[in-house]
Amino acid sequence: MISTIVFILLAISGTVFFLYNAKKVHRNIFLGKQVNVSGNTSARLNTMLRVAFGQSKMATRPVPFILHLFVYVGFVLINIEVLEMVFDGVFNTHRAFFILGSFYNFLIGFFEILAFLVTFGCAVFLIRRNVVHVKRLVMKELSGWPKMDANIILCSEIVLMSALFLMNAADQTLQVKYNDHYQHCGSFPISHFIAPFLSGLSVGKLIFIERSCWWLHIFGIFGFLNYLPYSKHFHILLAFPNTYLSNLNPKGKFTNLDSVTDVVKPNFDPGYQPVTDPNKPERFGAKDVFDLNWKQLLDAYTCTECGRCTSSCPQNMTGKVLSPRKIMMDTRDRLVEVGKNIDKNKGTFVDDGKSLLGDYITNEEIWACNTCNACVQECPVNIDPLSIITDMRRYLVMEQSSAPNELNGMFSNMENNGAPWQFSPADRANWVNEAS
Amino acid sequence: MNDTIHVKTMAEFTASGETPEILFWVGCSGSFDDRAKKITRAIVRILNHVNIKFAILGMEESCTGDPAKRAGNEFLFQMQAMQNITTLNNYNIKKIVTGCPHCFNTIKNEYPQLGGQYEVIHHTQLVQELINEGKLKVQGGEFKGKKIVYHDPCYLGRANDVYEAPRDVIKSLDVDLAEMKRSKAKGLCCGAGGAQMFKEAEKGTKEVNVERAEEALAENPDVIAVACPFCNTMMTDGVKHFNKEEHTKVLDIAELVVKANNL
Ligand code: SF4
Ligand code: SF4
Repeated sequence: MISTIVFILLAISGTVFFLYNAKKVHRNIFLGKQVNVSGNTSARLNTMLRVAFGQSKMATRPVPFILHLFVYVGFVLINIEVLEMVFDGVFNTHRAFFILGSFYNFLIGFFEILAFLVTFGCAVFLIRRNVVHVKRLVMKELSGWPKMDANIILCSEIVLMSALFLMNAADQTLQVKYNDHYQHCGSFPISHFIAPFLSGLSVGKLIFIERSCWWLHIFGIFGFLNYLPYSKHFHILLAFPNTYLSNLNPKGKFTNLDSVTDVVKPNFDPGYQPVTDPNKPERFGAKDVFDLNWKQLLDAYTCTECGRCTSSCPQNMTGKVLSPRKIMMDTRDRLVEVGKNIDKNKGTFVDDGKSLLGDYITNEEIWACNTCNACVQECPVNIDPLSIITDMRRYLVMEQSSAPNELNGMFSNMENNGAPWQFSPADRANWVNEAS
Repeated sequence: MNDTIHVKTMAEFTASGETPEILFWVGCSGSFDDRAKKITRAIVRILNHVNIKFAILGMEESCTGDPAKRAGNEFLFQMQAMQNITTLNNYNIKKIVTGCPHCFNTIKNEYPQLGGQYEVIHHTQLVQELINEGKLKVQGGEFKGKKIVYHDPCYLGRANDVYEAPRDVIKSLDVDLAEMKRSKAKGLCCGAGGAQMFKEAEKGTKEVNVERAEEALAENPDVIAVACPFCNTMMTDGVKHFNKEEHTKVLDIAELVVKANNL
């Protein structure tokens, strides 16, 4: 009885606290500017199913793909067993889903194998990060919290899975010794290797082990849920909306700035009606998180910090400071900082004299980009670091006039000669009469 | 090889009351850069050979604004775009072939919203179509059996998912087409895009074009085939960096077709 009440209280507080934090994240994301990402539902669903559900973009790197698939599939499916644990918790039953009969035995066996694969995957991931030092997993933007975050997640998954095995081992021993409550059910292809070590224990001790592991698992699940909003692990939820909202245009199509069109177009088309509100002039480009649109901010919260983008970035691999992953991490860090500022000041942001560009991201990073879209292509959850880089360039050029000198030269050539170099427009067709 | 090529401007077409089938958008590099002008002439040789009625804008062409757009100068980009769109719309242009993936991307994807709607193809797509339709018969000539690697331009490949047309043209020349380790969607930039062509690189350990040329040269090719005048410059410099210019040539796909078939 008491355990039922504790369980229900835990479930309610765990869920409420999660929703409270999720709401804050939601608020932070919508600090961003409006952007129209509606329409084309079937293409969007398709992208989400392929990229998030089907993990299609992971497949280009087979080793992490397979290992991640173990963890991902395991994580999703083992939650079915958690459902049963929740049911047992509320109704004080033992393995209530056994009404499924022999299929239940199959499921439990299958979950054990999955749990083993999850453990294996996490162990190899830990080794890749901490022993083998795979380059993209040890770069400098990961030092400190991001590195710790990754290790915390991997270790807690291993702990959760171990608790599951130990619980099952104790359970099956109890099914033999004390089957008043522990009815005989389930199949245990992994944990039956552990069971012999427990056979000498008394019923009381076994129940203690079984219950402790059960509680550990339950606490673990709610703990994990509440850890998500603080962690890169948030991607397990946000990957779905984020891929649904993917940019469906060709990657080469950069956004059009309507505010600029409203200024330029009347020179060419006197009947043109402006589309932006002249009473709410917007900054050109982006200096801080408020200048980005909410999809870009959702991108930041969705980033898994996997570094696939950075490892395929031509500028990063040739030793430049630019790292598209860092662009995403900085955006999230700044957004979290802004969110805390709002919390502290009763719902309004009080200027802290800081900004994303300047205090987090440097001009040098922004100017190094090749706009090659390798990072966008590579991202397993369809994040677009390039759009943030472009918006920052826009700010630097159009608000600050602080492009590198050579680029200013290129701009004035284009303005004066209609070409990025200093050639006379009159010479444009000279090639026709030159020998080849 | 006959040295004369036949080119008419849109103004000349209009004056004689004729309309061309297609407009050839040459681009700034193809118009002014000495190396790229050769590629432009190769494209024209192909067009002449199959008797396509095409026009250029000549002095009326102006930069598409691509480097300004990538560098964040949206004002300058839109000024350039609208000026060009006005010219193109005045001539009632419907179909455009470009000699440069950057022009291709910009006109195809970024002009429509500003009032310029055209069917736009890249010259490698046009050549592939001509071969497929049997209008252009090609053979390998001097390249037969030679090893060729193709470098995907970012603005043709990833930006617009055109990977096969250029490869199909190369394959039609009876060559040994090799792939670099990073190719197609995973292709590595030559280092020119994003307006980097017009500035010094930031501090680092290596130039991007050297990294890419090294990768291409690892295949030990006779030719590095490219489809963009900027990639051409970058890869040519990269090959020179390794003193391999005697052994490995950097050629545009249009040049391959022209040289192989003496067009
Ligand atoms: S688009 Fe820019 S940031 Fe992204 S991979 Fe290319 S150079 Fe790097
Ligand atoms: S942006 Fe995408 S590819 Fe880059 S680190 Fe984040 S999730 Fe990975």
